[in-house]
Amino acid sequence: MGIVTPGFRGRARSADERLPPGQYLVEDFPVLSAGPTPRIRTENWTFTVTTESGLRHEWSWSDLLALPSETPTVDIHCVTRWSKLDTTWRGVSLDTLLEDVDTAADYAMVQAHGGYTTNLPLEDLLDGQAWIAFEFDGEDLTSEHGGPARLLVPHLYFWKSAKWVKGLRLMLDDEPGFWEAAGYHDYGDPWREQRYQGD
Amino acid sequence: MVRGKLAWRVGRLAEGRDETPTARTLVLDVPGWPGHLAGQHVDIRLTAEDGYSTTRTYSLASPTDGERIEITVQRVPDGEVSPFLTEVFTVGDPVELRGPVGGWFVWRPASPDPVLLIAGGAGIVPVMAMIRARRQVGGRAPFKLLYSVRTPEDVYYADELRRPEPGLDVTVLYTRKAPDGWPGEPHRIAVADVNTAGWPAEFSPQCFVCGPTGFVETVANVLVALGHDPRRVKTERFGPSGS
Ligand SMILES: Cc1cc2nc3c(=O)[nH]c(=O)nc-3n(C[C@H](O)[C@H](O)[C@H](O)COP(=O)(O)OP(=O)(O)OC[C@H]3O[C@@H](n4cnc5c(N)ncnc54)[C@H](O)[C@@H]3O)c2cc1C
Repeated sequence: MGIVTPGFRGRARSADERLPPGQYLVEDFPVLSAGPTPRIRTENWTFTVTTESGLRHEWSWSDLLALPSETPTVDIHCVTRWSKLDTTWRGVSLDTLLEDVDTAADYAMVQAHGGYTTNLPLEDLLDGQAWIAFEFDGEDLTSEHGGPARLLVPHLYFWKSAKWVKGLRLMLDDEPGFWEAAGYHDYGDPWREQRYQGD
Repeated sequence: MVRGKLAWRVGRLAEGRDETPTARTLVLDVPGWPGHLAGQHVDIRLTAEDGYSTTRTYSLASPTDGERIEITVQRVPDGEVSPFLTEVFTVGDPVELRGPVGGWFVWRPASPDPVLLIAGGAGIVPVMAMIRARRQVGGRAPFKLLYSVRTPEDVYYADELRRPEPGLDVTVLYTRKAPDGWPGEPHRIAVADVNTAGWPAEFSPQCFVCGPTGFVETVANVLVALGHDPRRVKTERFGPSGS
């Protein structure tokens, strides 16, 4: 427990066990990004997985839509402390996309339009934990929220769920992405409050 | 890399001053403060007697000054933390904080590039740190500030911004009520405002945009539409409320 700040009581708090420590609930959907919102046309959209040996696997927008999709309903948690419960998406599971990709990599660098990157262990993208999402709440994903498609990895802080996603680079060794190089945590588990390096 | 710097420290309120009827600047003494860059922020953690604690983020309002830091907090009427910090927190009281945090939305004094600062409401805080950092080092980089507020009473750091400063152009935009003699009607920021008060895209300025989410979203889109390279447009979004 930290030192007590005299006179601070805090607000009446609800004990929502779905809320990780330090988070509060929002009803709206805040937007947080490091720069302007890129607008990417689906005609020009591709998703590329590059393995550690340089082999490229590529999907166009119509390739993506032709794959079996899922509609996960998940809670999401932003490192800036808002959480949103029961958000519904439609997307293609990374299990589906990575099915035929032959790799020995342990890490993935997620790449997005606009230059944003974020790293995570490859196993966190598999086993029904991650999607390339293109619908939110039954509607096409808007550009503000990363449309036409974003990564969705709800069990990690939302900066890992890169908006405007365009590919994955598979890596044998871990490397920091955009925010990670700026001092954010490499992994980002909201339940362990892994916000910054060293948390 | 900020590894190792992010320990929680105890700071004490050394001084508080009102910036506007709803915003207060807090000067904190923080033993061991490691220094920071203009544009970075701190996390402030408050703990109640029953052990409950909560944390909020506040931008640093001034460049590094030894173990002294400044933040400016806008009172959010139904807020949990900002009413405490602006109304209850008293000189001598302790508070836990850690930082500096954020290595992206920062201005480095060595950069000679022109700078365009666009702030809405409390979004003035980190860009004011940049203006003050430029002054502190006697910087020559040309700065322009476009600052959107609701009414003349809502201008933070008003005296300081009114004082002429070589190489700094200040334009204030009013959304609800303008002062007498202000040309035009109060309005929300639009392409013409950014075009008139900013640098042409050909000058390749570094652009820093900060404020409520909707404001930042609008301004960033305008800058890109005006031809600014998206990679030169850095944004900091304070939250969802519009101004
Ligand atoms: C990088 C960064 C820098 C910031 N710098 C400053 C600063 O220099 N000065 C300043 O006054 N504020 C700043 N803020 C905002 C600040 O962190 C708090 O959000 C603000 O003071 C409100 O806190 P509160 O506890 O009073 O209100 P809360 O009790 O948290 O919220 C009150 C109401 O407003 C909504 N709300 C308020 N803030 C947010 C938010 N950020 N995200 C989602 N919902 C929100 C809540 O949903 C709630 O309905 C900054 C935020 C960020 C992310």
